[in-house]
Amino acid sequence: MSDITKQSLSELVENIKSKKLSSSDVTKAFVERSEKSKELNTYITEDYANALNKAKKFDEKPNLDLKLPGIPMAVKDLFCTRDLRTTAGSKILNNFVPTYESTVTQNIWNEGAILMGKLNCDEFAMGSSNETSFFGNVQNPIDKNLVPGGSSGGSSSAVAAQLTPITIGTDTGGSIRQPASFTGTVGLKPTYGSCSRYGIVAFASSLDQAGPMAQNVRDCALLQEVISTYDEKDSTSIDFKRNEYSKELTKDIKGKKIGIPKEYRVDGMPKEIEDLWKKGIEYAKDCGAEIIDISLPHTNYALPTYYIVAPAEASSNLARYDGVKYGFRAEGENLIDMYEKTRSEGFGAEVQRRIMIGTYVLSSGYYDAYYLKAQKVRKLIKNDFDEAYKKVDAILTPSTPSSAFKIGEKTNDPVSMYLNDIFTVPVNLAGLPGISIPAGHDAKGYPLGLQIIGKAFDEQNILNIAYAMEEKINFKNNITDWWIK
Amino acid sequence: MSIDLKTIKHISKLSRISVDEKKAEKLAGDLNSIFDFIEKLNELKTDNVQPLTSVAETTLKLRSDEVKSKNLRDQVIKNSPKENEDYFVVPKVIE
Amino acid sequence: MSKNKSEYLINRHDNQYEVVIGLEVHAQVTSESKLFSTSATKFGAEPNTQVSLVDAAFPGMLPVINEYCVKQAIKTGIGLKAKINKRSVFDRKNYFYADLPQGYQISQFKDPIVGEGKVILDMPDGQKEVGIERLHLEQDAGKSIHDLDPKNTFVDLNRSGVALMEIVSKPDLRSPDEVNAYIKKLRSIMRYLGTCDGNMQEGSLRADVNVSVRKKGSKEFGTRCEIKNVNSIKFMQMAIEYEANRQVDLIEDGQTIHQETRLFDTKKNETRSMRSKEDAHDYRYFPDPDLLPLEVSDDFIENLKSEIPELPDEKKKRFIEKFKLSPYDANILVSDIETSNYFENVIKKSDVKLATNWIIGELFAALNEKNLEITESPISAGNLSKLINLIKDGTISGKIAKTVFEQMMEGDKDPKKIVEEKGLKQESDPKALEALIDKVIDDNRDKATEYKSGKVKLFGFFVGQVMKVSGGKANPQLVNEILKKKL
Ligand SMILES: [Mg+2]
Ligand SMILES: [Zn+2]
Repeated sequence: MSDITKQSLSELVENIKSKKLSSSDVTKAFVERSEKSKELNTYITEDYANALNKAKKFDEKPNLDLKLPGIPMAVKDLFCTRDLRTTAGSKILNNFVPTYESTVTQNIWNEGAILMGKLNCDEFAMGSSNETSFFGNVQNPIDKNLVPGGSSGGSSSAVAAQLTPITIGTDTGGSIRQPASFTGTVGLKPTYGSCSRYGIVAFASSLDQAGPMAQNVRDCALLQEVISTYDEKDSTSIDFKRNEYSKELTKDIKGKKIGIPKEYRVDGMPKEIEDLWKKGIEYAKDCGAEIIDISLPHTNYALPTYYIVAPAEASSNLARYDGVKYGFRAEGENLIDMYEKTRSEGFGAEVQRRIMIGTYVLSSGYYDAYYLKAQKVRKLIKNDFDEAYKKVDAILTPSTPSSAFKIGEKTNDPVSMYLNDIFTVPVNLAGLPGISIPAGHDAKGYPLGLQIIGKAFDEQNILNIAYAMEEKINFKNNITDWWIK
Repeated sequence: MSIDLKTIKHISKLSRISVDEKKAEKLAGDLNSIFDFIEKLNELKTDNVQPLTSVAETTLKLRSDEVKSKNLRDQVIKNSPKENEDYFVVPKVIE
Repeated sequence: MSKNKSEYLINRHDNQYEVVIGLEVHAQVTSESKLFSTSATKFGAEPNTQVSLVDAAFPGMLPVINEYCVKQAIKTGIGLKAKINKRSVFDRKNYFYADLPQGYQISQFKDPIVGEGKVILDMPDGQKEVGIERLHLEQDAGKSIHDLDPKNTFVDLNRSGVALMEIVSKPDLRSPDEVNAYIKKLRSIMRYLGTCDGNMQEGSLRADVNVSVRKKGSKEFGTRCEIKNVNSIKFMQMAIEYEANRQVDLIEDGQTIHQETRLFDTKKNETRSMRSKEDAHDYRYFPDPDLLPLEVSDDFIENLKSEIPELPDEKKKRFIEKFKLSPYDANILVSDIETSNYFENVIKKSDVKLATNWIIGELFAALNEKNLEITESPISAGNLSKLINLIKDGTISGKIAKTVFEQMMEGDKDPKKIVEEKGLKQESDPKALEALIDKVIDDNRDKATEYKSGKVKLFGFFVGQVMKVSGGKANPQLVNEILKKKL
């Protein structure tokens, strides 16, 4: 079969289970395509030889009852993987090899999947274009010199380019949904507390959440079902009844009430986005959903709130990278000199900028004005959603205020870069699940995504809505393999 | 509000990130534009709002007092930048 | 208030200064595993052998709280008659140091687990109440070792993450003696509760000492200095004395005192400024987003209350009321849980008065001489009880008992056996005693005549002679009676 890498996860699982394909066939196909795709710079660390070995071993004694039998996949390099280098896209962890495995990736391997390598991302997941990675830009397979979004840019690019059938990313302010939107793929940010944070390099603890990225909604549902488990090792993991999302997936969303928040019509939003949203509303209606206008009055305050909360937590979370226990160390004349040189040389500009912001908003005299204020506004933002969900079952918005932009286009203006996450950030602040599905193209032919936001723990519902709309939208990604020589 | 170079130096000290003059100026510019945008929050009155620290709708779970982690010295020291079998090593600290 | 007797004042020229002291005691919680990780807490392990990936702050590692440590903190709060907060919050205290792997310490800042309480001190001139401001749970740091290498500092993270209770007193202490009594009382309460072993040599109990001075009679507090991490009562007292005098000298010199962190140099017996801690004093506390607020129910607290043993103050009261002990004796016996346990075991089957005297007198002296703790006493409570009964029922005299006691100190032997084997039993047979006495009178005819002619003082001589001849075994009471008749 020559078109292995074009198959969805569901098809691959089906073909392996019915023994039409072996794990080795599949792994070999994805490894070969990945090797031919170096120009995209999706991988930070490749582990192809091991992957092929594991596939061979799987085929010798295949366990076909597993959910991901012998399926190869690469993961964002923010997940700690035992005995395989984990960098978080940073020089400071350039040589770091964990002796432990994140709970989310462990869940994946437990279901039979095979690790192919670690995917590029913004440094410590801080970025919206994958341009802050120490390991360089990632190319969006849609077009040369186009960013794939971020921070899970390696992940979105790898799925869109079919270098991995599925992958996982992390989403602190939109880092799964925005890159999914930029690459014409599907990305789900689960409810906070759904997927364990154990073993994931932390960015902002109260916001970080791992989630699946795939070619379609069904694959996303299956992967979510694998990665979402209650974990005693994470004090913020929530013990709730988790569905078998892929089994319970349905296109029947008749009578579902879908809210359209008026505050998401932001100034200067391109008409294409407005049109896409309108089209989305029509699709939802076609599926039998009821459309209701709602208000999320504090939407405009979400981004400023996020740029206090996330950097504050990050400034503390990243204090452990000090050159003492692991990672990069610059020699210094004394302890303080060593710290300052290590962190100044080990972290990139964006990470340093955010550490500075975070340190500032927590510092004495500023805590109340910034950090405490942000936590209060965060409460108001959450209240908005609680109020809205008295009237609706889900909320439909654009995923991003624009399509993918050119590499370098926004690197000198941090605020315009931050504005990328304007529609995704409120969801993280409120701890809700949100999914981005590809819904159309702009004039340049670049993909655009729609976001469906759910109630807490209501992943099944937004997956169902996405699943139903996906069929109506019938999106086709324009992948020309331009990077393959 | 404006963040001056002195403040940048102070924060960089607290953050243990060295900055030279040029970097400090760039950071001051960036931070000022970011804080201009953050100041938007001052439009809101929040006196009677309870701050939200965690969105996790659960209570803190308590674990039992059992020793489960064994001696991991080899693992724990393995990644450390300075070679020593028993200790982490840093430049001499004088108190 | 009869306070003036022992008032501790510093005199300079015509001025008298009062010293105001507040303590932040760090007490290691007795537990098997650490506060937020599952590694062991045992003292004295090889370096870095009790360090989990959480303790060494590896990427992606998360804290999970130890229930037992929470219970220990609440129990201690109950022991300090303090308010238990049903909701408390863990914050991060951010600073960089080689032995602080996370770059922050998880502590409790705004909402501690225990609120205001009090401790009663028994001072020579009466009781004194010291207010407790709060008690909170926090992580210990690792240990920096500066003297193993000329160029480098070595870091051992075994202690990193061990649970500490920080117990903050109000600035109610006024002298080194009160500090001594306060630390001993805290230690005693925690040892009764089993929440901290109070072992200062092993660092289980250390204190930051806040010292300020003010002119006697002034209501306002002076500027305070914090002397960090002092790990013995003696050093605390020395540090306070030095620091208070230093501050007084500055004031008398017309200079100002700078609020700062100081270090006590035990070799030079002086405090000095700790510059290393000074330059970054902004801890940027904020609630730890890896942890949720800690919430405990009324039931949870009530259950712990039911586990609280009788504490020293209550025990002392009972000893005085039930056993008629003097407050002084009661204080000594309750000061340490092991001593009071020993005492209560001895008096289960023997006389209280005798037991009190023997424990406070003979036993303490003997243990002191051999440098032993009561738990290491060669004489078990059971055997001391037997010895006391032998005295009480007249089998041996108090004097012989001391000989027996000495032999018991050599190894825990049954006193009855010693008495039997060495033939130390008291002679109480009147016939035998009469014979003895007749012989003594016979041998000292001249003295007997003198006695009869009015020299009554000689009675003591005859008693002595009888005791001597009997090898100390004659029942002194009977000897008295019979002698009186015969003479
Ligand atoms: Mg202190
Ligand atoms: Zn403390």
